Amino acid sequence: MDFSFSEEQQMLRDSLQKYIGKDYGFEARKDIIASKQGFSDKVWAQFAEMGILGVAFNEAHGGFGGTPVDTMLVMTELGRGIVVEPYFSTVVLGGSLIDLGGSEAQKLAILSEVAQGKMLLAAALGEPNSRYELNSVETTAKRDGAGFVLNGHKAVVLHGESADKLIVSARTAGAARETKGVTLFLVDRKAAGVQATGYRTIDGMRAAEIKLANVKVGADSVLGEVDNALPLLERGADFAVSALCAEAVGAMEALNAATFDYLKTRQQFGRPIGSFQALQHRAVDMMIHCEQSRSLSYLAAVKVQSEDASERKRAVSAAKIQIGRSGRTVSQEAIQMHGGMGVTNELNVGHFAKRLAMINLTLGDVDYHSDRFASAK
Amino acid sequence: MDLNYTKEEQSFREEAHGFIRDNLPKDIADKVLHHKRLVKGDWVRWQKILFKKGWVAPNWPKEYGGCAWSPIQQHIFDEECGYAGAPRVMPFGLVMVAPVIMNFGSKWQKEHYLPRILSSEDWWAQGYTEPGSGSDLASLKMKAVREGDLYIANGQNTWTTLGQHADMIFCLVRTDTTVKKQEGISFLLIDMKSPGITVRPIITLDEEHEVNEVFFDNVKVPAQNLVGEEGKGWTYAKFLLGHERTGIARVGESKRELEQLKAIAGMQLRNGKPLMQDPRFRDRVSAVEVELMALEITLLRVLSSRTKPGPEASILKIKGTDIQQALTELTMEAVGPYALPFRPETRDAAWHGEPVGPEYAGAAAAVYFNYRKTSIYGGSNEIQRNIISQMVLGL
Repeated sequence: MDFSFSEEQQMLRDSLQKYIGKDYGFEARKDIIASKQGFSDKVWAQFAEMGILGVAFNEAHGGFGGTPVDTMLVMTELGRGIVVEPYFSTVVLGGSLIDLGGSEAQKLAILSEVAQGKMLLAAALGEPNSRYELNSVETTAKRDGAGFVLNGHKAVVLHGESADKLIVSARTAGAARETKGVTLFLVDRKAAGVQATGYRTIDGMRAAEIKLANVKVGADSVLGEVDNALPLLERGADFAVSALCAEAVGAMEALNAATFDYLKTRQQFGRPIGSFQALQHRAVDMMIHCEQSRSLSYLAAVKVQSEDASERKRAVSAAKIQIGRSGRTVSQEAIQMHGGMGVTNELNVGHFAKRLAMINLTLGDVDYHSDRFASAK
Repeated sequence: MDLNYTKEEQSFREEAHGFIRDNLPKDIADKVLHHKRLVKGDWVRWQKILFKKGWVAPNWPKEYGGCAWSPIQQHIFDEECGYAGAPRVMPFGLVMVAPVIMNFGSKWQKEHYLPRILSSEDWWAQGYTEPGSGSDLASLKMKAVREGDLYIANGQNTWTTLGQHADMIFCLVRTDTTVKKQEGISFLLIDMKSPGITVRPIITLDEEHEVNEVFFDNVKVPAQNLVGEEGKGWTYAKFLLGHERTGIARVGESKRELEQLKAIAGMQLRNGKPLMQDPRFRDRVSAVEVELMALEITLLRVLSSRTKPGPEASILKIKGTDIQQALTELTMEAVGPYALPFRPETRDAAWHGEPVGPEYAGAAAAVYFNYRKTSIYGGSNEIQRNIISQMVLGL
């Protein structure tokens, strides 16, 4: 067993940590969120420069040939800074779907652009009635000559408005919740018939409702196999979930650090509130939550590549359950121990809590993954 | 043992229910039920309706315009109001400062302030939390120095709920720094329009303006606004805080939120079926419902006992807020991914745009984060546990 990180991995982590610590403070982040676009081109260019946008992609496609452990390290740092740039939607979820399912031509055309910071992606998988079920697809794709015509409504598409390309799940066969019959398409966000209505999300990011009205796409826009996208979708989503877990660990670390510091400095009744045992034991539990989450985040990052689908699903869902529960407890305790300050927008504590709550509601909550964990035997 | 309401209580419930049904303005109830933003006029309008009926101050003695209701009647009324979506009657004047003025105030204070509180002419704010003294109330630093017929007040309050609307604020101030910390405190009534007062909004996690910081810079307060004796403020404050904890169980509101949660979970789908039929989710809803049933009976036991509610009232605060928070959390989880969109503009009653996702989803996450306050305010739940462990258990 070896839990250490390579020298390159440590360098990657340290340089990102240094950059976020220096240039991505609370005030800078607030300005970025308030901007029209909701994220910073400058920060994005810096990420490209540092190589983190291509860290997971093959060298042949303009990437650095990293492993999911590299993605994990990056995501933990992004979580520690509650970074709002579209890294998760473009690089992690979008990037992995293309990396796992794309043709050589698609990978060459898209991944190198993504790695250089020149292209943004968004995965339009959810629908108003789908909740977290990837197979629940009512959007249709009908054959039209050599290509397809898409119609439907994709819901809460993270960074959907700013994306250059959308990865859309649509039904080419079967009934609304059937496993077979789902196909993935690459759709230009500016294509005729695509309407993206963007809005803020409570965790400081952006998302959009995407309406597709007779959107024509060519045969070369199919990502992976026609009618059989679900295995690909599940693998891509599992990779994305493992990355979200890593992000959550970073957010929990930051919340704990802020809270433990506050316990040592906030004085009431003539002594630091951290001297009260009622709070000490709860602080210890917060620390244990974070470490248990970290452990499963490691496991998910390693097992997400497993060829054994049930091993992969169990590890990833276990991690998502753990961070869902732990993220909740750590957030609620951090707010509570900060007292009134914890519920203000002026302190970063609540913003970490918002992100952790939304991570739980992204790609499956605790209940969803509990079912999946139990049935993945 | 008989756990039924008496005939009289049942007919009182019908009367209260009918009155609220006929008199609670629909636009106000709609705002409360759909988590829209209330404005000052909404609270004042409802309170004036209750005032006209003679029901705005049930806790007051009859001679001052109260109802002399039994604690059970008071609970029935609170429950009916909460369930119907009535806005909360602002407690700062009616429930908090008024009993202090009645018991310890001067003749002038009673004659001047009590009618104005009763008619909602004055909006009151509470001023005894400071940045450095939250749970440790007695460590407060705000000062007032007597100069002739005036007190000159300097200091800072924080978490002043809806202080932006206030005409008056009651403050605990230190008038003597040479004695034990509890002994040098006095109770002052301060006009919010006095020169030297600045109100700064504090924006909470839902991006709403509900609380404030209030700064006092050489504020002149007429000495006739001192309540009771100088240096006795701590006694009055303890008396006041005893009134703050009752009514905090919020059973009616939680019943209403539980019903809304079940309706939402009946419309949301999981695996193609209503979420409310999903065993995992249903179990968690049931768990909260059981807690709420227990709380209701616990509350009725406290209210039915012949002695005044004592430190065990802290149980009501702890469980009441646990339940309120759990309901907001389950509602957020029930709406799933549609909890992410955050559009504060949609909480304005005048907003008529197109919602993102189902309308009931719009404020779910914002309300969840807002309600984290409930276990912090009104004496944090940690302080409530201290009260029980010290005063009930004798630990």
